[in-house]
Amino acid sequence: MLCDICGKNQATVHLTEIIDDQMTELHLCEECARQKSTQMEQQFGLSDLLAGLAEFEKPLAKEKEAVMVKCSSCGLSYTEFKKIGRLGCGECYSAFRKYLGPLLKRIHGSSMHFGKSPLKVTKVLKKKIDLQDLRHKLQKAIEMEEFEEAARIRDQIKELEKKQLQNNEEKKEDK
Amino acid sequence: MNLNDLLNHTSEWLKGSGPHSDIVISSRIRLARNLDKSAFPNWANKKQSEQALNTIEEAITKVDYLKNTTTFNLADLDSIDKQFLIERHLMSYEHAQKADSKAVVIDDEEIVSIMINEEDHIRMQVMQSGFNLFEAWNIINSIDDCLAKELDFAFLADWGYLTACPTNTGTGMRGSVMLHLPALVMTRQINRVLAAIAKLSFTTRGLYGEGTQASGNFFQVSNQVSLGHSEDEIMGNINGLIKQIIEQESQARQLLFSRNKAMLEDKIYRSFGILKSAHIISSQETIELMSMVRLGCDLGMVKDIDRRTINELFIITQPAHLQKRENKKLSTQERDVKRAEIIRSKLKI
Repeated sequence: MLCDICGKNQATVHLTEIIDDQMTELHLCEECARQKSTQMEQQFGLSDLLAGLAEFEKPLAKEKEAVMVKCSSCGLSYTEFKKIGRLGCGECYSAFRKYLGPLLKRIHGSSMHFGKSPLKVTKVLKKKIDLQDLRHKLQKAIEMEEFEEAARIRDQIKELEKKQLQNNEEKKEDK
Repeated sequence: MNLNDLLNHTSEWLKGSGPHSDIVISSRIRLARNLDKSAFPNWANKKQSEQALNTIEEAITKVDYLKNTTTFNLADLDSIDKQFLIERHLMSYEHAQKADSKAVVIDDEEIVSIMINEEDHIRMQVMQSGFNLFEAWNIINSIDDCLAKELDFAFLADWGYLTACPTNTGTGMRGSVMLHLPALVMTRQINRVLAAIAKLSFTTRGLYGEGTQASGNFFQVSNQVSLGHSEDEIMGNINGLIKQIIEQESQARQLLFSRNKAMLEDKIYRSFGILKSAHIISSQETIELMSMVRLGCDLGMVKDIDRRTINELFIITQPAHLQKRENKKLSTQERDVKRAEIIRSKLKI
Protein backbone atom coordinates (compact mmCIF):
# COMPACT_ATOMS: atom_id res chain seq x y z
CA MET A 1 0.00 0.00 0.00
CA LEU A 2 1.32 3.45 -0.90
CA CYS A 3 1.29 6.50 1.33
CA ASP A 4 -1.96 8.51 1.15
CA ILE A 5 -0.11 11.83 1.26
CA CYS A 6 2.94 11.53 -1.01
CA GLY A 7 1.78 8.48 -2.94
CA LYS A 8 5.43 7.48 -3.43
CA ASN A 9 6.63 5.49 -0.44
CA GLN A 10 5.28 2.33 1.13
CA ALA A 11 2.76 3.13 3.90
CA THR A 12 3.93 1.74 7.24
CA VAL A 13 1.94 3.90 9.67
CA HIS A 14 -1.80 3.40 9.87
CA LEU A 15 -3.75 6.13 11.56
CA THR A 16 -7.39 6.18 12.58
CA GLU A 17 -8.85 9.59 13.26
CA ILE A 18 -12.27 10.26 14.70
CA ILE A 19 -13.49 13.75 13.96
CA ASP A 20 -17.11 14.69 14.61
CA ASP A 21 -18.19 11.05 14.83
CA GLN A 22 -16.61 10.31 11.45
CA MET A 23 -13.84 7.76 11.41
CA THR A 24 -11.24 8.14 8.72
CA GLU A 25 -8.26 5.91 8.08
CA LEU A 26 -4.95 7.24 6.88
CA HIS A 27 -2.09 5.15 5.60
CA LEU A 28 1.19 7.00 5.65
CA CYS A 29 4.86 6.46 5.04
CA GLU A 30 7.18 7.18 7.94
CA GLU A 31 8.27 10.55 6.55
CA CYS A 32 4.73 11.89 6.08
CA ALA A 33 3.58 10.39 9.39
CA ARG A 34 6.27 12.31 11.22
CA GLN A 35 5.18 15.54 9.60
CA LYS A 36 1.55 14.78 10.33
CA SER A 37 2.24 13.98 13.97
CA THR A 38 4.08 17.25 14.61
CA GLN A 39 1.20 19.04 12.93
CA MET A 40 -1.25 17.21 15.16
CA GLU A 41 0.70 17.97 18.30
CA GLN A 42 0.69 21.60 17.37
CA GLN A 43 -3.01 21.54 16.68
CA PHE A 44 -4.44 19.13 19.16
CA GLY A 45 -2.35 19.16 22.33
CA LEU A 46 -4.69 18.77 25.30
CA SER A 47 -3.32 21.91 26.88
CA ASP A 48 -4.16 23.84 23.72
CA LEU A 49 -7.61 22.37 23.71
CA LEU A 50 -8.18 23.45 27.29
CA ALA A 51 -6.62 26.80 26.62
CA GLY A 52 -8.97 27.08 23.65
CA LEU A 53 -11.93 26.42 25.91
CA ALA A 54 -10.71 28.97 28.41
CA GLU A 55 -10.24 31.43 25.57
CA PHE A 56 -13.92 31.16 24.84
CA GLU A 57 -14.67 32.86 28.12
CA LYS A 58 -12.67 35.95 27.26
CA PRO A 59 -15.53 38.17 26.14
CA LEU A 60 -17.32 37.44 29.42
CA ALA A 61 -14.41 38.05 31.76
CA LYS A 62 -12.49 41.25 31.65
CA GLU A 63 -9.42 40.33 29.68
CA LYS A 64 -6.90 42.49 31.47
CA GLU A 65 -8.13 41.40 34.84
CA ALA A 66 -7.69 37.73 33.98
CA VAL A 67 -4.12 38.33 32.83
CA MET A 68 -3.27 39.91 36.16
CA VAL A 69 -4.74 37.18 38.39
CA LYS A 70 -2.18 35.04 40.19
CA CYS A 71 -2.61 32.26 42.74
CA SER A 72 -1.20 33.64 45.99
CA SER A 73 -0.33 30.16 47.21
CA CYS A 74 1.75 28.72 44.36
CA GLY A 75 2.34 31.77 42.15
CA LEU A 76 0.76 30.36 38.97
CA SER A 77 -0.91 33.05 36.88
CA TYR A 78 -4.10 32.51 34.93
CA THR A 79 -2.21 33.27 31.72
CA GLU A 80 0.26 30.48 32.54
CA PHE A 81 -2.61 28.10 33.28
CA LYS A 82 -4.06 28.86 29.86
CA LYS A 83 -0.72 28.06 28.30
CA ILE A 84 -0.04 24.74 30.07
CA GLY A 85 -3.60 23.61 30.78
CA ARG A 86 -2.68 22.45 34.28
CA LEU A 87 -3.33 24.15 37.60
CA GLY A 88 -0.55 24.67 40.12
CA CYS A 89 -2.24 23.71 43.39
CA GLY A 90 -5.61 23.31 45.09
CA GLU A 91 -5.69 27.00 45.99
CA CYS A 92 -5.64 27.91 42.27
CA TYR A 93 -9.25 26.79 42.09
CA SER A 94 -10.22 29.51 44.56
CA ALA A 95 -7.93 32.11 43.02
CA PHE A 96 -9.31 31.55 39.49
CA ARG A 97 -12.85 30.66 40.61
CA LYS A 98 -14.48 33.28 38.39
CA TYR A 99 -12.88 31.89 35.23
CA LEU A 100 -12.80 28.20 36.16
CA GLY A 101 -16.51 27.95 36.91
CA PRO A 102 -17.57 28.48 33.29
CA LEU A 103 -14.65 26.32 32.07
CA LEU A 104 -15.69 23.39 34.29
CA LYS A 105 -19.24 23.79 33.09
CA ARG A 106 -18.04 23.69 29.50
CA ILE A 107 -15.96 20.54 30.07
CA HIS A 108 -18.34 18.56 32.28
CA GLY A 109 -21.72 20.12 31.53
CA SER A 110 -21.96 20.94 35.22
CA SER A 111 -20.05 22.84 37.86
CA MET A 112 -21.50 21.09 40.92
CA HIS A 113 -19.86 18.10 42.60
CA PHE A 114 -22.21 15.33 43.65
CA GLY A 115 -19.81 12.54 44.54
CA LYS A 116 -18.09 11.38 47.68
CA SER A 117 -16.14 13.63 50.03
CA PRO A 118 -13.15 12.98 52.29
CA LEU A 119 -13.99 11.53 55.71
CA LYS A 120 -11.88 14.05 57.55
CA VAL A 121 -13.27 17.55 56.89
CA THR A 122 -13.77 20.74 58.90
CA LYS A 123 -17.20 21.53 60.37
CA VAL A 124 -17.75 24.37 57.92
CA LEU A 125 -16.93 22.15 54.95
CA LYS A 126 -19.13 19.36 56.33
CA LYS A 127 -22.11 21.72 56.40
CA LYS A 128 -21.44 22.79 52.81
CA ILE A 129 -21.19 19.15 51.74
CA ASP A 130 -24.49 18.28 53.47
CA LEU A 131 -26.20 21.15 51.70
CA GLN A 132 -24.75 19.97 48.42
CA ASP A 133 -26.05 16.43 49.00
CA LEU A 134 -29.51 17.78 49.66
CA ARG A 135 -29.44 19.79 46.43
CA HIS A 136 -28.52 16.62 44.57
CA LYS A 137 -31.36 14.70 46.23
CA LEU A 138 -33.73 17.52 45.28
CA GLN A 139 -32.67 17.32 41.65
CA LYS A 140 -33.16 13.53 41.66
CA ALA A 141 -36.60 13.81 43.28
CA ILE A 142 -37.69 16.29 40.63
CA GLU A 143 -36.38 14.02 37.86
CA MET A 144 -38.36 11.13 39.33
CA GLU A 145 -41.42 13.40 39.65
CA GLU A 146 -41.61 12.76 43.39
CA PHE A 147 -42.81 16.25 44.16
CA GLU A 148 -43.84 15.77 47.80
CA GLU A 149 -40.37 14.45 48.59
CA ALA A 150 -38.89 17.34 46.59
CA ALA A 151 -40.87 19.89 48.59
CA ARG A 152 -39.67 18.32 51.84
CA ILE A 153 -36.04 18.47 50.72
CA ARG A 154 -36.47 22.04 49.48
CA ASP A 155 -37.67 23.08 52.96
CA GLN A 156 -34.71 21.32 54.53
CA ILE A 157 -32.35 23.21 52.24
CA LYS A 158 -34.01 26.54 53.07
CA GLU A 159 -33.71 25.77 56.77
CA LEU A 160 -30.00 24.97 56.47
CA GLU A 161 -29.29 28.01 54.32
CA LYS A 162 -31.06 30.25 56.83
CA LYS A 163 -29.00 28.81 59.66
CA GLN A 164 -25.78 29.36 57.74
CA LEU A 165 -26.75 32.93 57.01
CA GLN A 166 -27.53 33.58 60.67
CA ASN A 167 -24.22 32.04 61.73
CA ASN A 168 -22.36 34.23 59.29
CA GLU A 169 -24.09 37.36 60.53
CA GLU A 170 -23.46 36.48 64.17
CA LYS A 171 -19.79 36.07 63.34
CA LYS A 172 -19.73 39.45 61.64
CA GLU A 173 -21.37 41.10 64.65
CA ASP A 174 -18.87 39.43 66.98
CA LYS A 175 -16.07 40.99 65.03
CA MET B 1 8.38 -8.34 45.67
CA ASN B 2 10.97 -7.97 42.95
CA LEU B 3 10.07 -6.83 39.44
CA ASN B 4 11.34 -10.14 38.06
CA ASP B 5 8.81 -12.00 40.22
CA LEU B 6 6.10 -10.46 38.09
CA LEU B 7 7.45 -12.18 34.98
CA ASN B 8 5.90 -15.49 36.00
CA HIS B 9 2.79 -13.99 37.48
CA THR B 10 -0.47 -13.45 35.61
CA SER B 11 -1.84 -9.95 36.20
CA GLU B 12 -5.35 -9.80 37.55
CA TRP B 13 -6.60 -8.16 34.35
CA LEU B 14 -5.25 -10.99 32.19
CA LYS B 15 -6.79 -13.87 34.10
CA GLY B 16 -9.52 -14.17 31.50
CA SER B 17 -12.12 -14.76 34.20
CA GLY B 18 -14.99 -12.73 35.62
CA PRO B 19 -18.37 -11.77 34.11
CA HIS B 20 -18.57 -11.55 30.29
CA SER B 21 -14.89 -12.36 29.96
CA ASP B 22 -15.44 -13.50 26.36
CA ILE B 23 -15.89 -9.84 25.37
CA VAL B 24 -14.66 -7.81 28.34
CA ILE B 25 -10.97 -8.20 29.10
CA SER B 26 -10.85 -6.05 32.21
CA SER B 27 -12.48 -3.31 34.25
CA ARG B 28 -10.49 -0.55 35.87
CA ILE B 29 -11.24 2.40 38.12
CA ARG B 30 -8.81 5.16 38.88
CA LEU B 31 -9.07 8.02 41.32
CA ALA B 32 -7.03 11.22 41.25
CA ARG B 33 -6.24 12.87 44.58
CA ASN B 34 -4.02 15.76 45.61
CA LEU B 35 -2.64 16.91 48.91
CA ASP B 36 -4.16 20.06 50.31
CA LYS B 37 -1.93 23.14 50.42
CA SER B 38 0.78 21.52 48.36
CA ALA B 39 1.81 22.39 44.78
CA PHE B 40 0.74 19.83 42.17
CA PRO B 41 3.61 17.66 40.82
CA ASN B 42 4.12 19.50 37.51
CA TRP B 43 4.31 22.87 39.26
CA ALA B 44 6.15 21.83 42.44
CA ASN B 45 9.86 22.35 43.01
CA LYS B 46 12.15 19.47 43.91
CA LYS B 47 11.83 19.96 47.64
CA GLN B 48 8.02 20.14 47.52
CA SER B 49 7.88 17.01 45.37
CA GLU B 50 10.15 15.07 47.74
CA GLN B 51 8.01 16.16 50.65
CA ALA B 52 4.77 15.06 48.96
CA LEU B 53 6.35 11.72 48.02
CA ASN B 54 7.47 11.06 51.60
CA THR B 55 4.13 12.08 53.11
CA ILE B 56 2.20 9.79 50.78
CA GLU B 57 4.61 6.85 51.13
CA GLU B 58 4.31 7.09 54.89
CA ALA B 59 0.50 7.22 54.73
CA ILE B 60 0.45 4.11 52.55
CA THR B 61 2.40 2.11 55.15
CA LYS B 62 -0.40 2.83 57.63
CA VAL B 63 -3.18 1.44 55.45
CA ASP B 64 -4.09 -2.18 56.20
CA TYR B 65 -5.45 -2.67 52.69
CA LEU B 66 -2.03 -1.87 51.29
CA LYS B 67 0.06 -4.17 53.49
CA ASN B 68 1.14 -6.48 50.70
CA THR B 69 2.48 -3.81 48.42
CA THR B 70 5.90 -2.89 47.13
CA THR B 71 7.04 0.64 46.41
CA PHE B 72 9.27 1.23 43.40
CA ASN B 73 11.03 4.57 43.15
CA LEU B 74 11.22 5.47 39.49
CA ALA B 75 14.75 6.78 39.86
CA ASP B 76 15.85 3.19 40.62
CA LEU B 77 14.28 1.70 37.49
CA ASP B 78 15.89 1.48 34.05
CA SER B 79 13.99 2.14 30.85
CA ILE B 80 13.12 -1.54 30.29
CA ASP B 81 11.73 -1.83 33.83
CA LYS B 82 9.56 1.21 33.26
CA GLN B 83 8.31 -0.07 29.92
CA PHE B 84 7.65 -3.42 31.61
CA LEU B 85 5.34 -1.76 34.16
CA ILE B 86 3.58 0.19 31.41
CA GLU B 87 2.97 -3.00 29.43
CA ARG B 88 1.43 -4.57 32.54
CA HIS B 89 -0.85 -1.52 32.89
CA LEU B 90 0.58 -0.77 36.33
CA MET B 91 1.88 2.63 35.36
CA SER B 92 1.18 5.26 32.73
CA TYR B 93 3.49 6.29 29.93
CA GLU B 94 3.45 9.84 31.28
CA HIS B 95 4.63 8.66 34.71
CA ALA B 96 7.72 7.11 33.15
CA GLN B 97 8.86 10.33 31.51
CA LYS B 98 10.70 12.24 34.23
CA ALA B 99 11.82 10.03 37.11
CA ASP B 100 12.40 12.67 39.80
CA SER B 101 10.54 12.18 43.09
CA LYS B 102 8.16 9.67 41.62
CA ALA B 103 7.11 6.23 42.77
CA VAL B 104 4.67 3.49 41.94
CA VAL B 105 3.17 1.22 44.59
CA ILE B 106 1.97 -2.20 43.45
CA ASP B 107 0.23 -4.96 45.37
CA ASP B 108 1.27 -8.61 45.02
CA GLU B 109 -1.82 -9.55 43.05
CA GLU B 110 -1.38 -6.61 40.65
CA ILE B 111 -4.91 -5.49 41.43
CA VAL B 112 -3.94 -2.17 43.01
CA SER B 113 -1.39 0.30 41.77
CA ILE B 114 -0.74 3.79 43.06
CA MET B 115 1.32 6.30 41.11
CA ILE B 116 2.79 9.04 43.28
CA ASN B 117 3.58 12.41 41.70
CA GLU B 118 2.24 11.65 38.26
CA GLU B 119 0.08 14.53 37.01
CA ASP B 120 -1.63 14.50 40.41
CA HIS B 121 -0.04 13.62 43.75
CA ILE B 122 -1.95 10.36 43.86
CA ARG B 123 -3.32 8.34 40.98
CA MET B 124 -4.65 5.06 42.30
CA GLN B 125 -6.17 2.34 40.22
CA VAL B 126 -7.86 -0.99 40.82
CA MET B 127 -8.19 -3.59 38.07
CA GLN B 128 -10.49 -6.56 37.82
CA SER B 129 -10.79 -9.29 35.24
CA GLY B 130 -13.92 -9.27 33.13
CA PHE B 131 -16.87 -6.89 33.48
CA ASN B 132 -16.61 -5.99 37.15
CA LEU B 133 -16.57 -2.24 37.71
CA PHE B 134 -18.52 -2.35 40.97
CA GLU B 135 -16.07 -4.73 42.63
CA ALA B 136 -13.21 -2.48 41.50
CA TRP B 137 -15.06 0.48 42.99
CA ASN B 138 -15.59 -1.27 46.35
CA ILE B 139 -11.87 -1.91 46.66
CA ILE B 140 -10.69 1.53 45.55
CA ASN B 141 -13.33 3.29 47.66
CA SER B 142 -12.04 1.56 50.80
CA ILE B 143 -8.43 2.40 49.97
CA ASP B 144 -9.40 6.02 49.33
CA ASP B 145 -11.20 6.20 52.70
CA CYS B 146 -8.20 4.74 54.50
CA LEU B 147 -5.81 7.18 52.82
CA ALA B 148 -8.15 10.08 53.62
CA LYS B 149 -7.72 9.28 57.32
CA GLU B 150 -3.97 9.82 56.98
CA LEU B 151 -3.87 12.64 54.42
CA ASP B 152 -5.67 15.94 53.83
CA PHE B 153 -6.93 16.01 50.26
CA ALA B 154 -7.51 19.16 48.22
CA PHE B 155 -11.30 19.39 48.12
CA LEU B 156 -14.04 21.98 47.71
CA ALA B 157 -17.68 21.32 48.62
CA ASP B 158 -18.99 22.56 45.26
CA TRP B 159 -16.20 21.33 42.97
CA GLY B 160 -15.16 18.13 44.72
CA TYR B 161 -11.63 16.76 44.53
CA LEU B 162 -9.25 19.25 42.95
CA THR B 163 -6.94 17.94 40.25
CA ALA B 164 -4.13 19.42 38.15
CA CYS B 165 -6.21 19.14 34.99
CA PRO B 166 -9.77 20.49 35.15
CA THR B 167 -10.96 17.54 33.07
CA ASN B 168 -10.59 15.34 36.20
CA THR B 169 -12.06 17.71 38.78
CA GLY B 170 -15.00 16.50 40.88
CA THR B 171 -14.94 12.80 41.57
CA GLY B 172 -11.44 12.49 40.08
CA MET B 173 -12.75 9.19 38.83
CA ARG B 174 -12.21 7.47 35.53
CA GLY B 175 -13.83 4.08 34.96
CA SER B 176 -12.56 2.13 31.96
CA VAL B 177 -13.55 -1.14 30.43
CA MET B 178 -11.32 -2.97 27.94
CA LEU B 179 -13.34 -4.66 25.24
CA HIS B 180 -12.50 -7.14 22.51
CA LEU B 181 -14.81 -6.41 19.59
CA PRO B 182 -13.62 -8.40 16.56
CA ALA B 183 -17.10 -9.17 15.20
CA LEU B 184 -18.17 -5.51 15.25
CA VAL B 185 -14.98 -4.66 13.36
CA MET B 186 -15.42 -7.47 10.82
CA THR B 187 -19.06 -6.62 10.16
CA ARG B 188 -18.03 -2.96 9.76
CA GLN B 189 -20.36 -1.79 12.49
CA ILE B 190 -17.62 -0.50 14.74
CA ASN B 191 -17.67 3.07 13.37
CA ARG B 192 -21.31 3.39 14.23
CA VAL B 193 -20.66 2.06 17.74
CA LEU B 194 -17.64 4.36 18.29
CA ALA B 195 -19.65 7.34 17.09
CA ALA B 196 -22.45 6.52 19.53
CA ILE B 197 -19.94 6.20 22.37
CA ALA B 198 -18.49 9.63 21.57
CA LYS B 199 -21.95 11.19 21.46
CA LEU B 200 -22.65 9.95 24.99
CA SER B 201 -19.46 11.71 26.14
CA PHE B 202 -17.41 8.62 26.66
CA THR B 203 -14.00 8.14 25.07
CA THR B 204 -12.49 5.21 23.26
CA ARG B 205 -8.80 4.48 23.36
CA GLY B 206 -6.40 1.71 22.41
CA LEU B 207 -4.78 -0.94 24.58
CA TYR B 208 -2.36 1.41 26.27
CA GLY B 209 -4.55 4.33 27.18
CA GLU B 210 -4.41 7.96 26.23
CA GLY B 211 -3.16 8.65 22.74
CA THR B 212 -2.75 5.03 21.69
CA GLN B 213 -4.24 3.40 18.62
CA ALA B 214 -6.89 0.77 18.84
CA SER B 215 -5.20 -2.40 17.64
CA GLY B 216 -6.18 -6.03 17.35
CA ASN B 217 -9.81 -5.10 17.85
CA PHE B 218 -9.21 -4.00 21.43
CA PHE B 219 -10.95 -0.87 22.65
CA GLN B 220 -10.88 0.88 26.00
CA VAL B 221 -14.05 2.78 26.82
CA SER B 222 -14.07 5.29 29.68
CA ASN B 223 -16.10 8.16 31.06
CA GLN B 224 -15.08 11.68 30.16
CA VAL B 225 -17.16 13.61 32.64
CA SER B 226 -16.07 13.58 36.28
CA LEU B 227 -18.06 16.49 37.72
CA GLY B 228 -21.81 16.72 38.25
CA HIS B 229 -22.44 13.00 38.72
CA SER B 230 -21.80 10.81 41.73
CA GLU B 231 -19.44 7.84 41.44
CA ASP B 232 -22.40 5.46 41.41
CA GLU B 233 -24.05 7.38 38.58
CA ILE B 234 -20.86 7.42 36.54
CA MET B 235 -20.45 3.68 36.99
CA GLY B 236 -24.11 3.09 36.23
CA ASN B 237 -23.73 5.03 32.99
CA ILE B 238 -20.64 3.10 31.89
CA ASN B 239 -22.28 -0.16 32.88
CA GLY B 240 -25.38 0.56 30.83
CA LEU B 241 -23.31 1.52 27.80
CA ILE B 242 -20.99 -1.49 28.05
CA LYS B 243 -23.94 -3.87 28.38
CA GLN B 244 -25.28 -2.59 25.08
CA ILE B 245 -21.92 -2.93 23.37
CA ILE B 246 -21.58 -6.50 24.70
CA GLU B 247 -25.03 -7.27 23.34
CA GLN B 248 -24.13 -5.86 19.90
CA GLU B 249 -20.84 -7.75 19.75
CA SER B 250 -22.59 -11.00 20.72
CA GLN B 251 -25.16 -10.51 17.99
CA ALA B 252 -22.46 -9.72 15.43
CA ARG B 253 -20.57 -12.88 16.45
CA GLN B 254 -23.69 -14.99 16.04
CA LEU B 255 -24.40 -13.40 12.69
CA LEU B 256 -20.90 -14.18 11.43
CA PHE B 257 -21.09 -17.69 12.81
CA SER B 258 -24.40 -18.48 11.15
CA ARG B 259 -23.92 -16.68 7.83
CA ASN B 260 -20.19 -16.62 7.21
CA LYS B 261 -18.89 -19.62 9.06
CA ALA B 262 -16.40 -20.65 6.37
CA MET B 263 -14.91 -17.15 6.19
CA LEU B 264 -14.70 -16.98 9.96
CA GLU B 265 -13.06 -20.39 10.25
CA ASP B 266 -10.63 -19.48 7.52
CA LYS B 267 -9.56 -16.27 9.29
CA ILE B 268 -9.24 -17.92 12.67
CA TYR B 269 -7.34 -21.03 11.55
CA ARG B 270 -5.06 -19.04 9.24
CA SER B 271 -4.18 -16.77 12.16
CA PHE B 272 -3.57 -19.78 14.36
CA GLY B 273 -1.46 -21.32 11.61
CA ILE B 274 0.75 -18.26 11.21
CA LEU B 275 1.27 -17.95 14.96
CA LYS B 276 2.21 -21.63 15.20
CA SER B 277 4.72 -21.48 12.37
CA ALA B 278 6.13 -17.95 12.13
CA HIS B 279 9.83 -17.43 12.83
CA ILE B 280 9.76 -13.63 12.73
CA ILE B 281 6.76 -11.69 14.02
CA SER B 282 6.13 -8.09 15.16
CA SER B 283 4.11 -7.26 18.27
CA GLN B 284 1.47 -5.56 16.12
CA GLU B 285 0.98 -8.68 13.98
CA THR B 286 0.93 -10.82 17.12
CA ILE B 287 -1.88 -8.78 18.65
CA GLU B 288 -3.91 -8.87 15.45
CA LEU B 289 -3.56 -12.64 14.97
CA MET B 290 -4.07 -13.40 18.65
CA SER B 291 -7.28 -11.39 18.49
CA MET B 292 -8.61 -13.84 15.89
CA VAL B 293 -7.46 -16.87 17.88
CA ARG B 294 -9.15 -15.47 20.96
CA LEU B 295 -12.37 -15.12 18.99
CA GLY B 296 -11.99 -18.72 17.84
CA CYS B 297 -11.57 -19.73 21.46
CA ASP B 298 -14.69 -17.78 22.53
CA LEU B 299 -16.73 -19.39 19.74
CA GLY B 300 -15.52 -22.87 20.64
CA MET B 301 -13.71 -23.28 17.31
CA VAL B 302 -10.23 -23.37 18.80
CA LYS B 303 -10.20 -25.95 21.55
CA ASP B 304 -6.52 -26.69 22.15
CA ILE B 305 -5.80 -23.44 23.91
CA ASP B 306 -7.57 -21.53 26.66
CA ARG B 307 -8.25 -17.82 27.10
CA ARG B 308 -5.76 -17.43 29.91
CA THR B 309 -2.89 -18.75 27.77
CA ILE B 310 -3.88 -16.37 24.99
CA ASN B 311 -3.98 -13.45 27.43
CA GLU B 312 -0.60 -14.42 28.82
CA LEU B 313 0.86 -14.53 25.33
CA PHE B 314 -0.40 -11.00 24.73
CA ILE B 315 1.69 -9.72 27.57
CA ILE B 316 4.85 -11.86 27.45
CA THR B 317 5.37 -11.03 23.78
CA GLN B 318 5.50 -7.27 24.46
CA PRO B 319 8.93 -5.66 23.89
CA ALA B 320 9.95 -5.00 27.50
CA HIS B 321 8.64 -8.39 28.65
CA LEU B 322 10.77 -10.14 26.04
CA GLN B 323 13.85 -8.20 27.10
CA LYS B 324 13.22 -8.76 30.78
CA ARG B 325 12.85 -12.47 30.13
CA GLU B 326 16.13 -12.60 28.25
CA ASN B 327 17.65 -10.22 30.77
CA LYS B 328 19.30 -8.10 28.07
CA LYS B 329 18.57 -5.39 25.52
CA LEU B 330 17.27 -6.77 22.22
CA SER B 331 16.97 -4.97 18.89
CA THR B 332 13.61 -4.92 17.11
CA GLN B 333 14.78 -7.72 14.78
CA GLU B 334 16.02 -9.84 17.68
CA ARG B 335 12.74 -9.32 19.48
CA ASP B 336 10.70 -10.38 16.46
CA VAL B 337 12.64 -13.66 16.29
CA LYS B 338 12.43 -14.27 20.05
CA ARG B 339 8.71 -13.45 20.05
CA ALA B 340 7.99 -16.00 17.31
CA GLU B 341 10.03 -18.59 19.22
CA ILE B 342 8.02 -18.09 22.45
CA ILE B 343 4.69 -18.19 20.63
CA ARG B 344 5.64 -21.40 18.82
CA SER B 345 6.66 -23.08 22.04
CA LYS B 346 3.46 -22.00 23.84
CA LEU B 347 1.21 -23.09 20.98
CA LYS B 348 2.95 -26.41 20.33
CA ILE B 349 0.16 -28.94 20.53
